[in-house]
Amino acid sequence: MRARHLALGVRFAAGGGREGWIRTILTAVGVALGVMLLLAAASIPHVLDARQQRGDARTAVEGAKPVARSSATLLYARTETSFRGDAITGALLRPDGPDAPAPPGVRELPHSGEMVVSPALKELLASPEGKLLRERLPFTTVGTIGQPGLTGPGELTYYAGSDTLSTAHGAHRLARFGVGTQPPPLNPMLLVTIIVACVVLLMPVAIFIATAVRFGGERRDRRLAALRLVGADVPMVRWMAAGEALFGAVVGLLLGTVVFLALRQFIGSVTLWDVSAFPGDLTPLPALAALVALAVPLCAVAVTLFALRGVTIEPLGVVRNNAGRRRRLWWRLPVPVTGIALLLLNGRVDRGNGVVNPYLIAGGAVLVLFGITLLLPWVVEAVVARLGGGPVPWQLATRRLQLGSGSAARAVSGITVAVAGAIALQLFFSTIQSDFMKVTGQDPSRAQLSLTLPSGDVATTRKMMAQVRTTEGVRGVIATVEASASRPGPVRKGEAFAPSTQVTVGDCPTLGELAHTGACKDGDVFIVKDNSGLVDDGYLFKTARPGAQVLFNRDPQTEEPDGAPRLWTLPKSARTVDSRKAPSGETAFGIFATPGALDTAVLDHPTAHAMVKTDPAVPDAAEYVRNTAARIDPQMRVITLQNLERDKQYNSVRTGLLVASTATLALIAASMLVTTLEQLRERRRLLSVLVAFGTRRATLGWSVLWQTAVPVVLGLALALVGGAGLGLALLSMAGKTTFDWSVVWPMVATGAGLVLLVTLFSLPPLWRMMRPDGLRTE
Amino acid sequence: MSIGHTLLGLLESGPRHGYDLKRAFDEHFGQDRPLHYGQVYSTMSRLLKNGLVEVDGVEAGAGPERKRYAITDAGITDVAQWLARPEKPEPYLQSTLYTKIVLALLTDRDAAELLDTQRAEHLRLMRGLTERKRTGDLADQLICDHALFHLEADLRWLELTAARLDKLAEAVRT
Amino acid sequence: MTPAGSLLHASALRKAYGTTPALDGADFSLHAGEVVAVMGPSGSGKSTLLHCLAGIIGPDSGTVHYGNRELTAMSDAERSALRRADFGFVFQFGQLVPELTCLENVALPLRLTGAKRKEAEARSLEWLERLEVDTVAAKRPGEVSGGQGQRVAVARALAGTPRVVFADEPTGALDSLNGERVMTLLTEASRATSAAVVLVTHEARVAAYSDREVVVRDGVAREMVGAV
Repeated sequence: MRARHLALGVRFAAGGGREGWIRTILTAVGVALGVMLLLAAASIPHVLDARQQRGDARTAVEGAKPVARSSATLLYARTETSFRGDAITGALLRPDGPDAPAPPGVRELPHSGEMVVSPALKELLASPEGKLLRERLPFTTVGTIGQPGLTGPGELTYYAGSDTLSTAHGAHRLARFGVGTQPPPLNPMLLVTIIVACVVLLMPVAIFIATAVRFGGERRDRRLAALRLVGADVPMVRWMAAGEALFGAVVGLLLGTVVFLALRQFIGSVTLWDVSAFPGDLTPLPALAALVALAVPLCAVAVTLFALRGVTIEPLGVVRNNAGRRRRLWWRLPVPVTGIALLLLNGRVDRGNGVVNPYLIAGGAVLVLFGITLLLPWVVEAVVARLGGGPVPWQLATRRLQLGSGSAARAVSGITVAVAGAIALQLFFSTIQSDFMKVTGQDPSRAQLSLTLPSGDVATTRKMMAQVRTTEGVRGVIATVEASASRPGPVRKGEAFAPSTQVTVGDCPTLGELAHTGACKDGDVFIVKDNSGLVDDGYLFKTARPGAQVLFNRDPQTEEPDGAPRLWTLPKSARTVDSRKAPSGETAFGIFATPGALDTAVLDHPTAHAMVKTDPAVPDAAEYVRNTAARIDPQMRVITLQNLERDKQYNSVRTGLLVASTATLALIAASMLVTTLEQLRERRRLLSVLVAFGTRRATLGWSVLWQTAVPVVLGLALALVGGAGLGLALLSMAGKTTFDWSVVWPMVATGAGLVLLVTLFSLPPLWRMMRPDGLRTE
Repeated sequence: MSIGHTLLGLLESGPRHGYDLKRAFDEHFGQDRPLHYGQVYSTMSRLLKNGLVEVDGVEAGAGPERKRYAITDAGITDVAQWLARPEKPEPYLQSTLYTKIVLALLTDRDAAELLDTQRAEHLRLMRGLTERKRTGDLADQLICDHALFHLEADLRWLELTAARLDKLAEAVRT
Repeated sequence: MTPAGSLLHASALRKAYGTTPALDGADFSLHAGEVVAVMGPSGSGKSTLLHCLAGIIGPDSGTVHYGNRELTAMSDAERSALRRADFGFVFQFGQLVPELTCLENVALPLRLTGAKRKEAEARSLEWLERLEVDTVAAKRPGEVSGGQGQRVAVARALAGTPRVVFADEPTGALDSLNGERVMTLLTEASRATSAAVVLVTHEARVAAYSDREVVVRDGVAREMVGAV
């Protein structure tokens, strides 16, 4: 019987004339939006998996034992650079023989001077913006890397051939690409975050779907009342209503799937969190997809039947008995409390060694967030009942809310969950961000880039200094050559090893940046004390004393000079000065010499280091420097100096959260708008009467604003409390106590903005409905 | 209204003099048109002749002799029958107006104006009745209402006729 | 300008909804304190005339004067202000705000003109007493009978002591007894406060409460002068 009434409802929805179709379309579009999000979420495991697999397949592992050279091996050196903020990874390859393996996605190894590039990099290089980058990658592009060799379509990467690469020069030998071992398990704190994020983002979607199947409900109820008049009984009309909702939900499910498949083709052009995915990656897990396909129609039926519980459809009209019983707190409160308890039960998972029970955490988070949606109607009812008085718009709004606070609470419950969840996650993030972010101590006002050569023969070092100095946009270079020096002679009694210190050679302006040298001319030597507390002066003076001799080429293994001893005597005039923190944040000490006093040729294994000050008027100065560096040695490390180093992953997760929660809020705003407009349309006649009285538009506009704002404000307040509670529980799990409230306000501001938006969008229809046409009944 | 039956009904509660009967009648039903003595006595003589009333006694005194009338059993039966009999619906006003309208149409006079004038007259009368209702007692109100409803019914007929004048004109002229 | 002595005067009003004319050159005049019934068959343009007279809608052509002000030349905001201050309204049904109590409903126009809440409600309660519905003051419109609701509406229309009350089929949804009561109270109270009443009705018994009547037929209003 039920099935027959359900089928009858489906027929009404499908053939119910214009009004029936509008209702069905509203529901279908709402459900489709939700289904799209659900399918996308169900695809995330596959996206991550596919990326992980392709990433693993191309990884060049440096084994514990060196690989023996054969015709089937190659030399590999990883290079990294960045171009206007985008990271570009690459590798130099030098095959040892004709059978050398090719990385995944590459058909033929590039010869020397050639490279294969990812499609995104190819596009970038071909574009006018890529001109500077072309200079940095002076290779001929001979091909592109196929999908198996890329983690995503937006990735910027290349493989270049080289005939100079050597193991002595930072490269290592490989027999194959890819790792066979299982990837390490995800950081448990990240896992917690991902679980909660899914719950936070999907619950509002579920709520949204539940709201969508109720669109146009009041009109439908009146239509059902007419059916009662011709003899249908109460269970019959309820099942018919469920049938109508079912039809809308199924149409929405199909629509959502079609749109999802259509939009998937464009996923390649979207890069989120530095991650892009191929359309094929975005494939929902079959089990999850089946769950969505089953749960959505079932929910539609269940929600409709549940919603009709509070409505009596009589043959002559619809009676809403929501004013009947007061809402009780006693069964609502335990739900979120239990959730928090579950979270705390999991214990601490900090320092990456905790055990995460995903069921406990997901369950806890769901209970907390679900508890908030349970508490919301009670809170709205309790607060609204105490409101009253005030100006006319306020009175109209509060009285309306008093009469039907349930629908208002329902409308905002989605927002509340989204905001509460987002707040919790933001809190959690902001506090664990200290794990992702550190103060570097670098001073970007004195120098903006730091260059380090992997190996420093004197000729290359000189070449680097000269070329960097003449690069466009460079204002100054702090260039040093560094090595070590020790006291000559054997290890004395009581010493574990011969005392040593470091030697830094640079010109006077350079030394002035690194130590308080005072007056300086070429030929001067300084003994720089370490005032960072690392090395005490007594130890320093054992090696570095005016007039003392030092040895440069002591072999630390044998404590003997490596070959003929290379000795140098500090001049008697050497002054002892204090050190100064370098722009890179490091503090140098020991023997500082100008080139006139010490020839760098005598140093053993010197390394070259340069800090570059660029001209702010040349925006691409950093790119010019990187080009110069790549020309000298593609393996040179170029680092941008900055005060704070923020983990990119953290940053992108934060952005992603903000974007996702804003999208969710927008979705809910859309449903609020539909609800508000529906309400207004019902009151068309009353609005016309109020206009006849001479009611100002502003009065009614404000009353709509208050009517939306009061539940949203209450919802946000509850979200703040719930979100902070959930966040604190998560934090205590991570072993943190302090947190940053500033991350909360953007969410609250977004919620407030939403109220304004909904009001703003309901104003034009409101004005339209305030025309006197509503008075014309004849 | 049948005066005979009304007087008979008044006698049913007990014998009365002719003068008493007139007073009682006027009090209850005479707002529009009080009864003359002549009407009372001529009616009573007809009722006496038909055996519906009888003379209960004669009081002598100053002035004219005063006969007391009492209702007979036949009289009581007659009142009961009258009360039980439905009134014949009388299209009394419409017949006259209809005649007027048809005549107006036939003589090419403005029938719509005739109707408007009639409506205004009706409303004038109804205004008076409404005013009297406002100041009068319950009996006044009931009687006025009766008249008002009748007049309203007439007016409705007038409206309907006005709306159909064109068709009527066609019918009358062919 | 209105002709001497008239409070509200309309001349040559034309108004069409789409291609259907509702008013086609209607004239109307109202004197202070008089009750005028606007009669006519359904669809004759009675309500449109009332809406134009009250400044709720603007006619396509023609003028409406109120005192020495031309309604048809005023802005929407000015007309709204005028309606708040000088006019009262009673409609057939659906005019009480369902979530406000009856008392608050009556107080609403007063508060729109800026009266303090307490003051407005005290005055409203007097009016509810006058219309014999003070017992329902704290109830919501959904909880009172049709007759009571209509009396509350009359109280609301009169509470602001308007110069003109516009009543559009005020008894249309009521039975005879309740309709009569509402009309008696409306006319008595408006006479007591010397408010003029424009009473749109198709019922002669209701029109009988007026001082004179105007008949609208085919969008033209006729004054029944010859009848007096």
